[in-house]
Amino acid sequence: MTSILELHHLSKIFRGGVVAVDDLSLDIREGEFLTMLGPSGCGKTTTLRMIGGFEYPDAGSVMLDGRDITNDPPYSRPVNMMFQDFALFPHMTAEENIGYGLKIAGVGKTPTAERVRAMLDMIELPGMGARFPSELSVGQQQRVALARALVNNPRILLLDEPMSALDAKLKESMQVELRHIHDRVGITFVMVTHDQTEAMIMSDRIMVMHAGRIEQIGTPTDLYDHPRTAYVAEFLGASNMIPATIRRDGGDVVACAGSMTVRLDRNTGDSGTRSLFMRPEKIRLVPRESEAGDGSSTFSGTVKELFFSGNMVRIDLDVGAERPVIVHRQLDTELAAAGLPGVGDIVTCAVNPEALKLFDTAEVAAMKAEEAAA
Amino acid sequence: MATVTLHDAGTRKKPIDAGTTGLGVAALCVLAFLYTPIATLIVFSFNSNSITRLPLEDFTFDWYTRALGNPDLMTAVWNSVFVGVSAVMICLAIGIPTALALDRHDFPGKTVFRRLVILPITLPGLITGVSMLTFFRSVGVDLSIWTVIIGHGTALTAIVVTNVFARLQRFDRRIEEASADLGARPWQTFRHVTLPNIRSAIIGSSLISFTLSFDEIPVTFFLTGRDNTLPMYIWSVIRRGITPEINAVGTIIVIVSITLILISVFMMHRENDRAGPVRPAR
Repeated sequence: MTSILELHHLSKIFRGGVVAVDDLSLDIREGEFLTMLGPSGCGKTTTLRMIGGFEYPDAGSVMLDGRDITNDPPYSRPVNMMFQDFALFPHMTAEENIGYGLKIAGVGKTPTAERVRAMLDMIELPGMGARFPSELSVGQQQRVALARALVNNPRILLLDEPMSALDAKLKESMQVELRHIHDRVGITFVMVTHDQTEAMIMSDRIMVMHAGRIEQIGTPTDLYDHPRTAYVAEFLGASNMIPATIRRDGGDVVACAGSMTVRLDRNTGDSGTRSLFMRPEKIRLVPRESEAGDGSSTFSGTVKELFFSGNMVRIDLDVGAERPVIVHRQLDTELAAAGLPGVGDIVTCAVNPEALKLFDTAEVAAMKAEEAAA
Repeated sequence: MATVTLHDAGTRKKPIDAGTTGLGVAALCVLAFLYTPIATLIVFSFNSNSITRLPLEDFTFDWYTRALGNPDLMTAVWNSVFVGVSAVMICLAIGIPTALALDRHDFPGKTVFRRLVILPITLPGLITGVSMLTFFRSVGVDLSIWTVIIGHGTALTAIVVTNVFARLQRFDRRIEEASADLGARPWQTFRHVTLPNIRSAIIGSSLISFTLSFDEIPVTFFLTGRDNTLPMYIWSVIRRGITPEINAVGTIIVIVSITLILISVFMMHRENDRAGPVRPAR
């Protein structure tokens, strides 16, 4: 795929010396749906605003289709933005809002009317054109904002926290719809969000940002299954991070925490104290004392607490380690037949070495401290 | 439980005791205090007695015909309208850019500038009048209707600045970004997005400024040449005795003022209802 937008060593320092974006380089591919994901203050919105031309970088450059647009004002960039809370013009009707870009571009009345009608059909609001934004529901306002940003056929559509104003139900259906619209119009979408589920549902690629830098960039499955840093591992989905002692046991490398001893990948050449990372849903419940096979190791723990959330159950297991091991199980027929364990029961779990990863304890501790401070 | 409480509240409100009656009477007294003079003015403008005195005599439109046929009076009215409109123009020309600059830009001495721009409205007209008179005399400018206009403009610019600035502070700047994003150059954004959203503040402050200019005496007294404004004319005529002609002109002004206020209230309401600020529920 060819790249449409390149960011070269972009930096932005705000007044008071706050480094919002720190030497960030990125290639955005033609037609992709890229999401910048991170907590508030990680620099994702500033990066988006530098692409839109609302902020100018202190260093580095922005190249669109190979042309340097670093210092171009917003009105001369073929890039449009869907703003957080939409920023619709309150004194204009939905139609006038959508047609604004065409009016400014000097498109005639008839073609404008036709294009606006087509956009209203696309966002499934036919016949609503004469309403003012204040007469539309939040969901309808969002659709109008989307149509307004797409009407000029931009090279790139920027989306700044597009779902933040919506309630949970509407959010879910709009995520799917926005994805469909992306596939249909074939325009490159660059979205900013702090919601990891939203990022994973919608994006072709996710860029996790932390303190103005790119932590990791890749497909959602890539990031979820192979996080390169403890930060990414923690930010995406749920995870266990348990301090464990690493040692050699015959030909194997094992991690020990409390009564739990699990085999790691043989190539994990390490010793000392490290943070053991396991996804809660990668841990299986197995019949007691059985050998799990497929190279998995088993360990036992006492059920400390159960949390039921409809289709899922979260089991907190005490294995005598610093913190409990969290296990997520789907409440499928299999588990229903076997019966849920009760609090105080001892259960046996199996986990495959492939699902285990080690991170630096200092890195994890720093991250936890940062979380607590936030 | 809830119905009981509601019921209680309903019954408790009903009996008209001495307290509520007293309150009603007090309200009427306040209204009487505020509006009796204006009512008197209107009533006497239709009274055929040439002396403003009770009892009332016959109903007549005579004073209106006379007022409209009095060239001195009519010149004074038109002078006042001309001064008011011109002063408003000056206020807008200075006030809108000032408000924009105060809202959007940082410059050295901004705080001091903001206070000094608003200061003239708090100065007594007497001071403004005397000081401007001294100034015009010292630079050799002859007094005329134009010096009056400049005097009014000075005193009233603060009204436009304050109102427009307050509106800009509540204004969502991102809609300007949205406009720029959609290809609009700064002047297009100002014309299509900024201006429509501060329009009611501009109209409102213009009407207030016009009204204040229209009945202004102290500044006008010091700065006018041969041209008389309406308040100056009335004042000079009344020194020789009140004539019902003045009552007629007063009544016309009251009606025009109320109409102007109704128009501005109606316009602002329409703006709020149909195109109020969009606030997505969170």
